[in-house]
Amino acid sequence: MTPLSAYLLVGALVFAIGLAAALTRRNAILVLIGIELMLNAANLNLIAFWRFGPNPEALIGMMFAIFSIAVAAAEAAVGLGLVIAIYRHYNTTDLDQLNRMKG
Amino acid sequence: MSPVFYLLAAITIAGGLAAVLLKKLVHCALAAAAAFAGLALLFLSLDAQFAGFVQFLVYLGAVAILIVFAILLTRNAEEQDGGLFSRTWFAGLVVAAAVFAVIGWAVLRSGSVLPNQLAVPTATVRDIGVALMGRYVLPLEIVALLLTAATIGAVIVAMHEKEGEQ
Repeated sequence: MTPLSAYLLVGALVFAIGLAAALTRRNAILVLIGIELMLNAANLNLIAFWRFGPNPEALIGMMFAIFSIAVAAAEAAVGLGLVIAIYRHYNTTDLDQLNRMKG
Repeated sequence: MSPVFYLLAAITIAGGLAAVLLKKLVHCALAAAAAFAGLALLFLSLDAQFAGFVQFLVYLGAVAILIVFAILLTRNAEEQDGGLFSRTWFAGLVVAAAVFAVIGWAVLRSGSVLPNQLAVPTATVRDIGVALMGRYVLPLEIVALLLTAATIGAVIVAMHEKEGEQ
């Protein structure tokens, strides 16, 4: 197994774990943690391709990963703000109980 | 592969699994922080120093703290009846396993085609700064705008509802 495939497999496993967290847990905060794990797995792939691919001096994969981290931070802030707003309104963060769009 | 890689991969995957499986939300957040730290160390092991330290600062310094704050602010929600997992957990697990199987199959099949460069690329912070101010200046400005909008949006969304009733 080449180093690149090893890193890509770790990325795939972290992505699958994050997807499982987002799809199976009932708490909205855990779903957000799962989404963060998925974004991080994608960043690991980008960095691995930057490291082992051709033309690393062009910094393309690195730039993708840095911008992706910035977007993920914005996503986390808005997502957790939404969770807190929903909790204030319904007094729960259980996604099985939150099944109405209308307040 | 070096033993360091296996250690870091084990930390990352164990942290991720613990984040999914643990019962208490605070423990889940700490396990997720361990996974984020493992990923940052994996970035460092890939000679991406700047991305690794950005990962440390943003994820351990900001996102993990934000998650802990959100957990503490929604404290009463922790006692849930009917288990940790949603009613459709089995379908979710099947989907996640299928996604991993497909990605893993693709990675293992294409292994011989992918390049395997041994020369260590050098990406100094100076190079990254020059690239950010030169070729990538437009995305940088857009990200700045996005972060401003997201900060304002998060504050407005999380603001107390009584503000809107005035």
